[in-house]
Amino acid sequence: MRRALSLVGLAAVPLAVLGVFFVLPVSGMISEGFWTDGSFDPGAVLEVLARPRVHRVIWFTVWSACAGTAVSLLLGVPTAHLLHRRRFPGRRVLRALLVVPFVLPTVVVGVAFRELIGEAGPLGFLGLDGSAAAIVAGLAFFNVAVVIRAVGAAWESLDPRPAEAAAALGASPAYVFRTVTLPALRPAIVSAASVVFLFCATAFGVVLTLGGLRYSSVETEIYLLTTNLLDLQAAAALSIVQLLAITALLAITSRLRAVPDPTLARSTARPPRPSRGDWPGMVATGLVLLLVGLPIAALVVGSLQVDDGWSLANYRALDGTGSRQALLVPVTDALVTSLRTAVDATWMSLGLGVLVAVVVSRRSRSRAERRARGLLDGLFMLPLGVSAVTLGFGFLITLDRPPLDLRDSLLLVPIAQALVALPLVVRTLVPVLGGIDDRQRQAAASLGAGPLRVFATVDLPTMWKPLLAAAGFAFAVSLGEFGATSFLARDDHPTMPIVIFHLIGHPGAMNYGMALAASVVLAACTAVVMLVVERLRVPTVGAF
Amino acid sequence: MLSLRDVSVSYDGAPALLDASLDLADGQVLAVLGPSGSGKSTLLRAIAGLEPSSGRMSWDGDDLAGVPTHKRGFALMFQDGQLFGHLTVARNVGYALRLRRTPDAAARVRELLALVGLEGYEDRLPATLSGGERQRVALARSLAVRPRLLLLDEPLSALDAGLRGRLATDLARILREAGTTALMVTHDHEEAFAVADRLAVMRDGRIVQQGGIGEVWQAPADAATALFLGYARVLDGEAAHTLLRAAGLPVGTDAVAVRRSALAVADAGPLAGTVSSARVTPGQIRLVVDVDGLGEVDAVARLDTHAAPGDEVVLGVDASRLAAIPAGH
Repeated sequence: MRRALSLVGLAAVPLAVLGVFFVLPVSGMISEGFWTDGSFDPGAVLEVLARPRVHRVIWFTVWSACAGTAVSLLLGVPTAHLLHRRRFPGRRVLRALLVVPFVLPTVVVGVAFRELIGEAGPLGFLGLDGSAAAIVAGLAFFNVAVVIRAVGAAWESLDPRPAEAAAALGASPAYVFRTVTLPALRPAIVSAASVVFLFCATAFGVVLTLGGLRYSSVETEIYLLTTNLLDLQAAAALSIVQLLAITALLAITSRLRAVPDPTLARSTARPPRPSRGDWPGMVATGLVLLLVGLPIAALVVGSLQVDDGWSLANYRALDGTGSRQALLVPVTDALVTSLRTAVDATWMSLGLGVLVAVVVSRRSRSRAERRARGLLDGLFMLPLGVSAVTLGFGFLITLDRPPLDLRDSLLLVPIAQALVALPLVVRTLVPVLGGIDDRQRQAAASLGAGPLRVFATVDLPTMWKPLLAAAGFAFAVSLGEFGATSFLARDDHPTMPIVIFHLIGHPGAMNYGMALAASVVLAACTAVVMLVVERLRVPTVGAF
Repeated sequence: MLSLRDVSVSYDGAPALLDASLDLADGQVLAVLGPSGSGKSTLLRAIAGLEPSSGRMSWDGDDLAGVPTHKRGFALMFQDGQLFGHLTVARNVGYALRLRRTPDAAARVRELLALVGLEGYEDRLPATLSGGERQRVALARSLAVRPRLLLLDEPLSALDAGLRGRLATDLARILREAGTTALMVTHDHEEAFAVADRLAVMRDGRIVQQGGIGEVWQAPADAATALFLGYARVLDGEAAHTLLRAAGLPVGTDAVAVRRSALAVADAGPLAGTVSSARVTPGQIRLVVDVDGLGEVDAVARLDTHAAPGDEVVLGVDASRLAAIPAGH
């Protein structure tokens, strides 16, 4: 009985927060689709779903997500092999650098790609501007890091002896890979693929900035329908479709999730130097570096150029509001707002994340308890898949009246961002806590330590590094969050991604140059945070 | 004094411990012996307050229901020690002392480390210790605040055989010297005999027999208990009667448990048979002999007898290595 009470007690705060700031807004958004003028009217939803444009949007979302996933896997798996199973100078730096794209602000990446493949860009002759190929490349840009991370961690911890045994039995390297290595890696690959698909299918910033008018995914379509066309019913209908698809996908993902035990002592042999047989890994790594490096290089070079000459004028202009009053506040103000918001979002997601992780990772005593914990685990993963746009819009329509009138509250944005970062925090902490032998806690308790003391003795020493890493991760994600923030940020308190999006939407070379410079500044901030996180060497960061 | 009355534990409705009743007087060491899955660890965890249980559990008459683990004053020592890896040996041992703000903790830690034979190990980290050293540190840590009751969960099973024997002797000495009341769970009867003075045998979630270690040893309650206590075979029916008569014992029961060394090749004896297999061990030859009227039984021979399969041998019987099993089982 006391166990059940303590479970409920620990879960109460996160549940209440999730209820008010996630379930309420999302269900508010959904009911918008089913109720017209106070009466239940599901026909309208079906009518929306019959529109040809909606079919096109859904079809584009599915195939672009599939293509993005395929490209990420094709590039990521061989790269993971080279970076995690071969030894060469600089591989640690490379590994760290290739994690950064995942947290780069989507708007920044969109701007960088446009700078690279736009008509005036270095690759403009390819005619990729506004093409579906550009969108797929953008999706791969982010998600190749997820694949490298997840598959690399699994590969690194793979016992090399079965492969050696197969080789000793006369199997060729290719045959060994196909019959021994690949089956052992399959859980990690499948799990990475499903998460990547999820991220691709709900990508917002990239599609919005690169898709232009020709291509729209479910996520951007919801945004356009709500903000430009004010067709709330259609937006709600699409949200429902997305929610259902993603809940199903999340359920599958959670079954496939395979995170290596971080506390397990592993005695893998020192990896060998790369040999000629490693050409797939080298080629893939080269391509990944190009995919990640070229847009960033184009962005940085572009930001340093004014009228075909080198200049810092774009950066100097950041303390202004752009030409033709593009902005209400200077970009530097937005940077301060972004940093402040990120700090708030970080402590919120961290506080909730620790509670959730503790609740979810404690060993269950009965089947009912295990089921309850599993359910909670899944529930707190939902924000990972539910579109940030739906969340942001749901905030707007449900938290605008008493008792919860938060429309003008400056806390609204950090709360939304904290919810977006929450699953990442939880996923970083749960494997670490779950890896602690429960008997350590029991040993401490039998020596007279109360629950808090047990936590301080057993959990905290193992957790502080992952906790710090999760904090950095949440901070970086919050800095770049665009989907929910685009709805919620007040005009006089925009964050950096919002400012950048405004700047590229306004005509004028000066504004565009400022957008590039602001993008570089924001990217640098997130990259620095992420590189610090990487220094902590917590294996569960970014492993889903 | 620990006292249990009809204590039961079940997992998801499946009973793991059924109606366990036992008493443990201060200063005594009780070994709970049973095969894996017999519920012995569940019993220990229930006493530690780690499993919700029904029935009555009390210490010196005070009910323990609702007292959480950390307030019971029962120290628990695990199979693999469960030392805190980030703390030095001294800080591990002094953990409970610091919790209680005991003055002069450093001296007590030194004293405890001397007790377990690890003087000078204060600043080592657990990862640098051998398995046996880790168990000694875990023991010192458990004894630090003189727990009312020390619960030992297979304390020696993780160690290799030679070390286990030595440490069992040490453990017995340390528990006596500290005057600790202890309850040790084990599946190894030799460990139990080396350390404990009372024995409870468990099977299928129930305590099937308990008492002084010699009593249980000499009078196992049933055939399965006898086999678990290290008896080689249980003979029943006519074979049991024949053996009891040969040993000069009254024929009162239908079953008798036989230790391997109860029958030994001798120049003259009451039994005769044919060797069906022989295996040389460092101390003796282990035989299986087909004895007239008994069937196949185990026996031993001195190393210089050269007994081999097919040989006719005469066997003497050591009555002190037989145990009559009460009727009704």
